[in-house]
Amino acid sequence: MRMALLIALLASSSLAQAKMIHVGPGGNAQEKLQTALIEAQPGDTVHIAAGRYALADGLSLDVDGVTVKGDGPDKTILDFTAQKVAGEGLLITSDNVVVRDLGIENAAGNGVKSKGSDGIALVNLRVEWTGGPKSTNGAYGLYPVSSKNVLIDRSVVKGASDAGIYVGQSQNIIVRGSRAEMNVAGIEIENSYDADVVGNTATNNAGGILVFDLPDLPQQGGRNVKLTNNQVIANNHVNFAAPGNIVAGVPSGTGIMVMANSNVLVTGNHVMGNNGSAVMVVAYTQAFTDKAYNPLPRSVSVAGNHFMDNGKAPAFAGGKEIAAAVGGTIPPVLWDGITRYAVPGGGGEKLAEGGINIDAPGISLNLGLQGTPATQARPAPMQQNLVVSTRPAIVLPAALEARAK
Amino acid sequence: MRRIWAALLLLGAAPAPVVQSQLLLTTDAPRLADYGLFDAAGHPAPGVQPYTLNTPLFSDGAEKFRFAWLPPGTKAQYRALGALAFPVGTVLVKRFAFPADLRQPAKDVRPIETRLLIHRPAGWVALSYVEQDGGAVLRRAGMKVPVEFIDKAGRAQAIDYAVPNQNQCKTCHQDGEAITPIGPTAGNLNGSLHGTGPNQLMTWATSGRLARLPADGWPRLARWDNAAEPLNARARAYLAVNCAHCHSRGGFASNSGLYLVPEEVTPAHLGVLKRPVAAGRGSGGHEFSILPGQPDKSIVLHRMTSSEPGIMMPQFGRALAHDEGNALIRKWIAAMPDPADSAPAAAAAP
Repeated sequence: MRMALLIALLASSSLAQAKMIHVGPGGNAQEKLQTALIEAQPGDTVHIAAGRYALADGLSLDVDGVTVKGDGPDKTILDFTAQKVAGEGLLITSDNVVVRDLGIENAAGNGVKSKGSDGIALVNLRVEWTGGPKSTNGAYGLYPVSSKNVLIDRSVVKGASDAGIYVGQSQNIIVRGSRAEMNVAGIEIENSYDADVVGNTATNNAGGILVFDLPDLPQQGGRNVKLTNNQVIANNHVNFAAPGNIVAGVPSGTGIMVMANSNVLVTGNHVMGNNGSAVMVVAYTQAFTDKAYNPLPRSVSVAGNHFMDNGKAPAFAGGKEIAAAVGGTIPPVLWDGITRYAVPGGGGEKLAEGGINIDAPGISLNLGLQGTPATQARPAPMQQNLVVSTRPAIVLPAALEARAK
Repeated sequence: MRRIWAALLLLGAAPAPVVQSQLLLTTDAPRLADYGLFDAAGHPAPGVQPYTLNTPLFSDGAEKFRFAWLPPGTKAQYRALGALAFPVGTVLVKRFAFPADLRQPAKDVRPIETRLLIHRPAGWVALSYVEQDGGAVLRRAGMKVPVEFIDKAGRAQAIDYAVPNQNQCKTCHQDGEAITPIGPTAGNLNGSLHGTGPNQLMTWATSGRLARLPADGWPRLARWDNAAEPLNARARAYLAVNCAHCHSRGGFASNSGLYLVPEEVTPAHLGVLKRPVAAGRGSGGHEFSILPGQPDKSIVLHRMTSSEPGIMMPQFGRALAHDEGNALIRKWIAAMPDPADSAPAAAAAP
């Protein structure tokens, strides 16, 4: 009977059937909220009224087409300070979901995660670890992974011990108008395809915006990522990530870092006051055994950005020596100059397809082969070119954008 | 084992119930009793058959009693990998109970919950019924049940036992978009019921409940706690049952690249010299999921021994660390050749 009802609901216009489920503070918040998230039907909105909700367990949503809405990121607060169970504050595993106008505090693991969602919009959220930056804080604030049609809009993340906003192994992505501060990494796009990171502010992180690709994962070959009109300012926070994680290796003072991706465009950004380097372009630094993995950055363009006051006090190994060799400060673009790698298992050497194109001063360490230590650097200025700096914008489904307005 | 449930409920003999096959197919019943799977004393209805697994999931030391009911005249189909292919109408039952003292598992046993996996025409449905006064009732949103017991080391334990919510059921029982059984694989059923008597695969086949069982060549998951079996087989069985429901290519942790299914052979996917991806503070400051020869520098063991959310693995399903299981994994990692002592290619083989 329930199934027949569900089929009828899906077949009919969802708007006519859509209902609002209200949840207010008081009583057993955990059970009330989780029950609402389980009983919601496609098209419904779960409205969480203003108030502070103390939660000892994670919450999760597995119904397609649901909107979860608070009364504002400082008014409706999901408080996970006493969380005992689960790896996330809020976990979404369904499609076409909008989560908006909520605060999420002190999640034990990640703040909001979506796994395998097609259509996920995280809008006007605040994810914060209120005790300030600590290695014991959760890893990611906003964390869509293995998802498609991803929107992160007008959200704020503070204090994540890995990346504030992290989009992993996903496709067709917009991160816009959001703010990341006091995280290890502000915004990170990893092993992902077709992303626009536009109009965000990343400040006072160890690294501002990262575009990474890592081996041994189901989706790799990160590509077609555009960073534009972002404010990347004074990302000089001490790196407080737990060692072992890839971001633990990001030097404090990094504005933008591109590692092992192809077709990356960095344009129209304001990159200021980052003590290490404004834009760092590098190959994957570690040894790897994955034959399908390409560790090289290739077809990376850095053009039309506004750089000011970067590179004064590089904290990374050899940074001071390199700076001294080129007149005291690291120029806006620092490239490791790695252009080839050995395919594991005796598969021969491969060359980078597509170079690193810049229209601002840059320096290459000319390391050549992936895995060559930085101690063998032969720093030399990079050539500057006129760089084509446009490509079509990422477009998300109109219905998702409309619900995220 | 069944008599434990019966003794606990302190109820007399009741007429044999009849399994409500139509209700199972169509309705999430509010009370477990509605389905007719057990009588009031906890005895299973005719056709509700107990089974046991060579290696079970650790659930804070709970005693678990498993049953399968297949619609009359139907059979499961043998598959070498993954759960057997059960027909529509099947219900798999797992009852959780805590003895007052884990060293005396048959004495003073308190039933907690009964989980059902029902195979409906549109797919499997997971439901959990929690024991309350007067019987087990459906709790979709999960709940915490305070439980006290003496553990196997003689220590008093007081935990908030977590009954999973409906979404958490799916998180573990996930294969791509679908819900799937985890436990009753051919490999894990390939042994005797309660460790004695005939092989369960054979029993199922001869009683007409399992089709296409090959004459030989059945996979077998080791008993994790049988010291007579090879260490590697025991450790891989333990990881397969306690981790691989998420850590597989179709599981919740597919994005981690760590795959602990029995058939996995790639060292990096088994965690050997694999760097963390999204572990965050779960890395514990270690560089690799498994550093051969170095259990104390291996993220896998770090997360298995933790009971802190955000670090602990599995993420739910336990509140306590499983000392005996962790000791097994420690021994297994310690016995792997240290990569510093040999060529990289040789070191990569677990």
